[in-house]
Amino acid sequence: MITGAEVLIKALEYQEVDTAFGIPGGAILPAYDPLLDAGFRHILARHEQGAGHMAEGYAWATGKVGVAIATSGPGATNLVTPLADALMDSVPMVAITGQVPTYAVGNDAFQEAHTTGITMPATKHNYFVTHVEEIAQTIAEAFHLASTGRPGPVLVDIPKDVLNDRVRWRDPEPVALPGYKPTVSPHPRRIREAIRLIENAERPILYVGGGIIKAEAGTALTAFTDLTNMPVITTLMGRGAVSDHHPNVLGMPGMHGLYAATTAIQKADLLVAIGVRFDDRVTGDPDAFAPFAKVIHADIDPAEIGKVRVPEVPIVGDARLILEALIEVWADKPRPKLEKWWTTIKNWQERYPLHFDQQPDGTLKPQYVISRLRDQAHPEAVLVSGVGQHQMWASQYWRFDHPRQWINSGGLGTMGFAVPAAIGAKAGKPDHQVIAVDGDGCFQMTFQELITAAYEQIPIKVALFNNAAHGMVRQWQRLFYNERFSGSDLGRQLPDYPKLAESLGCAGLQATRAEDVDDVVSTMLSIDDRPVVAEFVVDRDEMVFPMVPAGGSNDIVLNGPEDL
Amino acid sequence: MTEQQVLSVLVEDKPGVLARISSLFARRGFNIHSLAVGPTAEPGLSRMTIVVEAPKLEQVKKQLHKLVNVVKITELDDRSSIEREIMLVRVRATAKQRSEVLQLATVFKGTPVDVGVDSITFMVTGTPTKLNDLLELIRPFGLMDLVKSGRIAMRREPKARKLRAVG
Repeated sequence: MITGAEVLIKALEYQEVDTAFGIPGGAILPAYDPLLDAGFRHILARHEQGAGHMAEGYAWATGKVGVAIATSGPGATNLVTPLADALMDSVPMVAITGQVPTYAVGNDAFQEAHTTGITMPATKHNYFVTHVEEIAQTIAEAFHLASTGRPGPVLVDIPKDVLNDRVRWRDPEPVALPGYKPTVSPHPRRIREAIRLIENAERPILYVGGGIIKAEAGTALTAFTDLTNMPVITTLMGRGAVSDHHPNVLGMPGMHGLYAATTAIQKADLLVAIGVRFDDRVTGDPDAFAPFAKVIHADIDPAEIGKVRVPEVPIVGDARLILEALIEVWADKPRPKLEKWWTTIKNWQERYPLHFDQQPDGTLKPQYVISRLRDQAHPEAVLVSGVGQHQMWASQYWRFDHPRQWINSGGLGTMGFAVPAAIGAKAGKPDHQVIAVDGDGCFQMTFQELITAAYEQIPIKVALFNNAAHGMVRQWQRLFYNERFSGSDLGRQLPDYPKLAESLGCAGLQATRAEDVDDVVSTMLSIDDRPVVAEFVVDRDEMVFPMVPAGGSNDIVLNGPEDL
Repeated sequence: MTEQQVLSVLVEDKPGVLARISSLFARRGFNIHSLAVGPTAEPGLSRMTIVVEAPKLEQVKKQLHKLVNVVKITELDDRSSIEREIMLVRVRATAKQRSEVLQLATVFKGTPVDVGVDSITFMVTGTPTKLNDLLELIRPFGLMDLVKSGRIAMRREPKARKLRAVG
């Protein structure tokens, strides 16, 4: 007989967990004792939100399920943001929370919160375990749910007495859930219908997103791109789905998308949408989105199909299987030239490229820093971003070669994501260079996790864009609120980032002028024995372009300040 | 007003299922007109009859399917299914009016379940239309209290068209 806590640890080992991120506390204490002898690594975060984002970063980077552990009450509520984030971005994650003992549940006990109730709309599914016999099977179900179908977060809440009860270990049985049978194989008729539309299209677009990454469908997508010669548009969630060095890739569309990408969708006669959900940051005004296009919409989640745009051809299934089926049916059809379409697109690319103006002695432009960092970084580097202007610049200027090189908070837009997610990514891929691109506003939300990174020897690199402001808020206030900068000024002098970094156990660097950037970047990339924070003091008035104002039609793209 | 649709939802009989469904409806902005839950012939499964007012019924069904505890969803219409509701209604009725009210109730196969000095309570079962018709007729007497069970519904033929589980 072993305790429920021992069953829990064994059940995690049974799922081949190699890393878990968490913080102990009263209700989860029983589990932390056998954890000391567990066959996997536990990384002690400094805040449960950090543990949650680490689990997400780990999952993004490796494709495996990320694991976060927290105690009851505040431990669990601190996990809510990462859970909601993981739900929005379909990140496979299992959260385990301690709960007050069964006899105390419902009595407003110390550190009691209704965890399953609170996290219900923030998880794909959650469990409240009432008997020690259920632990192993529940963990097996949680991993199954988190990692199959449309991936997502699953929470398992276990009362302290259940962790202390004793039981004999039994291997979990194969998971059989009567209400959960994701459709993975696409319907052959839909595939044939799709191919018919693709061969007859004159201005087709492959519009692809996070579903490609989650389904490990990058190789199949690249092959299908080569066969059909379609231009490929990768959403914020799908960056790296096909290499940015591939000539067919136009980059990110939408609110801050590249002009050619956004406009190509507007003028297309066919959208082949795979693993995307027609998010409002992509579509702008949905009624004005891709007005001439027929739509093929392929997704693992049937609820996404027809939610925003009713497609001509709906395909439910796994993105990789769908692409492989498309490739098979396409067979040896000749490669369409699409000459007129490509000429038009190339013309847009030449006329409206990304641009910025870095004067040698002028204020430092964030786009310049990103470009220099990109050129010096390892080609296999993993880039992790926070949320805001720096995120958009990173997505616009970086060149990703593979899926899983780009990690960010797309749907929920969680500021503070970058530092902990980068730690999780580095823990999962220790041999990769992992660079967090962060803004000062984001950084100040979660930088305490750098202590975790230093103490656990997880040498991430943080490129900190300090514009002394909530930059995106400032940009909107400049454009839409008469330059009344309410609540967006963070103060240039506070904190002293290099000193702060040093005090957290990291190396601290700073660049204020364009001529310093290359040196600081190369120093930052060369330090591997501890985390590094390189602060780039950038122009606070630089704005992200292109831009389609929120809710506007994607036909009207502002390419730069000259268009204002 | 958006048209009402009836969904018969087979769910696993697990704690919190009702909360999951109501939370989903709240989050997605779907309106529940009535909801009735009870056990089925099969142990471990419950049946929910949900009357919804939703312009995008397809979305409602797809979102419901995503709930792990939802096993099957059947859309019912009043032609191919049997719909019933039970209603308890208390009507103002002095001794003088009592026989008139009772007579009216009898026409609708209502059963008196409680009689007071100046009121009478009866139970009526039937289709939603029948109950509403009766309510209109007795309203002038003075409606003192009203409880409805919410609709329950069942397909007329056992070989029902089944919705493919897409969740």
